[in-house]
Amino acid sequence: MVTISSEPLSAPLDVGFDYTRSLGPVLGRFATGLRAHTIAGIRGSDGRVLVPPTEYDPVTAEKLTEFVDVGTEGVVQTWSWIAQPLAGQPLSHPFAWALVKLDGADTALLHAVDAGSPDRMSTGMRVRVRWAAEPVGSIRDIECFEPLDVEPTEREAGSGDPVTMLTTPIHLTYQHTASPEESRYLRGLAEGRLLGQRCPACNKVYIPPRGSCPTDGVPTEDEIELPDHGVVTTFCVVNVPFLGQRIKPPYVAAYILLEGADIPFLHLVLGCAADEVRMGMRVRAQWRPREQWGTTLENIDHFRPTGEPDAPYESYAQHL
Amino acid sequence: MSEVAVVGFAQAPNVRRTPGTTNGVEMLVPVFHRLLADTGLSKQDIGFWCSGSSDYLAGRAFSFIAAVDAIGAFPPIMESHVEMDAAWALYEAWVKIRTGEVDTALVYGFGKSSAGELRRIMAMQMDPYLMTPLWPDSIGVAGLQARLGIDAGLWTERDMAEVAASSRRAALSNPDAQLAGDTTAEELLKQPYLADPLRAHDCAPITDGAAAIILASGDKARDLCDKPAWISGFEHRVDTPLIGARDLTTSPSTIAAAKAAGVDGVQVAELHAPFTHQDILLRQALGLGEEVRVNPSGGVLAGHPMFAAGLIRIGAAAAEIRAGRADRALAHATSGPLLQQNLVCVLEGR
Ligand SMILES: [Zn+2]
Repeated sequence: MVTISSEPLSAPLDVGFDYTRSLGPVLGRFATGLRAHTIAGIRGSDGRVLVPPTEYDPVTAEKLTEFVDVGTEGVVQTWSWIAQPLAGQPLSHPFAWALVKLDGADTALLHAVDAGSPDRMSTGMRVRVRWAAEPVGSIRDIECFEPLDVEPTEREAGSGDPVTMLTTPIHLTYQHTASPEESRYLRGLAEGRLLGQRCPACNKVYIPPRGSCPTDGVPTEDEIELPDHGVVTTFCVVNVPFLGQRIKPPYVAAYILLEGADIPFLHLVLGCAADEVRMGMRVRAQWRPREQWGTTLENIDHFRPTGEPDAPYESYAQHL
Repeated sequence: MSEVAVVGFAQAPNVRRTPGTTNGVEMLVPVFHRLLADTGLSKQDIGFWCSGSSDYLAGRAFSFIAAVDAIGAFPPIMESHVEMDAAWALYEAWVKIRTGEVDTALVYGFGKSSAGELRRIMAMQMDPYLMTPLWPDSIGVAGLQARLGIDAGLWTERDMAEVAASSRRAALSNPDAQLAGDTTAEELLKQPYLADPLRAHDCAPITDGAAAIILASGDKARDLCDKPAWISGFEHRVDTPLIGARDLTTSPSTIAAAKAAGVDGVQVAELHAPFTHQDILLRQALGLGEEVRVNPSGGVLAGHPMFAAGLIRIGAAAAEIRAGRADRALAHATSGPLLQQNLVCVLEGR
């Protein structure tokens, strides 16, 4: 009897990674300058000084090469007030975003202004750079801008080899939701059951079940409980170590086709030497101890050979 | 070159939050079924499929591939994707039909904006060296543009509130709208700032949604429906991503796209303006007079499903033609920060 809810399972998902980019000659020069407390612009084909500098002219697309240092004070062209700063922004207390035209520049730089309150912001106000405590060669070497009536903060410039690379950490948060079909499958796993669903149009059994059959474009419906054994349809031997790896190479990642299913899923085959795994090999789930089960396929630690004779090729040839 | 027309349009309701997955399947399956039923086509009749969506919005890599399940993509289909609003996917499909490669195409866009923190996610579309590292939020950045126009005397906070109020009134007749109501600029101006000079009503709401359009060529289009909405002009242009090097009080790329598409004589316009001041800015850039009905659907201030909202403008403009309420209509779509990229599509009834 099926008592499992289809209410979508939902959980926070934090995504984090670093982008590492090479800067090239123009942005590299700009970043190296920031670390040394100077701000480089570049002269456009119409004679304007572009800050931040661009590699190519925004109007003519001509390659630009003539650097021009500009001032560290400038004028606010426009601003908006951020009463509740978001993660990663230059300041964690209320601040203004502004486009600041530095003295000697003809275009404006986007950055934060630390003015304390919106009453102290105005278009046309003069601001100066407040340098970051530890310059590394990035736009963040400008901690923010501040009004001229604020006492300046003394900060040491940095030095070293020219800056050629930039690493930007990215952190984004989501509320991830599984489909109703996937949610039943995940709840089934928490009970040690492998639940697939059958497409009402083509009768194929999918595990995990799908929000839409890739052949027919309709949600799968009838629930099928599948056994925890099946065959290896195809596999690869992982020999290369990589970040986050949990098992020492060599090991086998394989597509396992459970008996009665029409689609294989990816899992590990352990319990024999990697070079003994083969197509058609019969395998069975090695479940983790029951007290470790959750709504995850990790409840199955791996699949291991059953020792039975291999399945004939024709029995799984349609599922490769 | 083949003539191309919009012959069908369907959308999911614009809502603040859906319980579905970020791959859009739950929203797309009913939209496809309705669209195919309306046109009498089956999926085998569709020559080309093209979509617009974003992995950053979905919080997962290659999210558009999972969405392909909603089509029922076996036997294999011809399919493509743009990581921007699906209005640009429609442009790709239009080219495919114009060049004679196919005679029908289905274009779809989807976005579950409620899954992540939209204001921060949008920082990922900015210059990755000079801007994204600062995490500029989309509303704060829009406030910079709004204030430039206010300071230049091009619009006032009251003008902006009038846009919001008229959007909500127009949306009363749009069953798919998220925000609708009979309100006034006075009422709206009593609300606090979200990012001075922007209040909540100045910003399109966070919206989950999806939409799809079927295009067909010449005789095929005439077979499929009584009154196809023929695409007579279709152009898109782009401005520099460096917002400090642009005149943000106008939109050179919109002006150039409109000139190339030929927008004279349009009776109705659906504009993709995620902020109230951008509605005013776009009317000026497009040279729309008082006689032009703008955003009869309520526009994106009444519902803004990311990556589908521009496509919906084309669907809504086509609906005006197909219902006989206009002979010549304009649809505009935007992508990128502060109206960086703009597309203009002109539709005609014949
Ligand atoms: Zn099926």
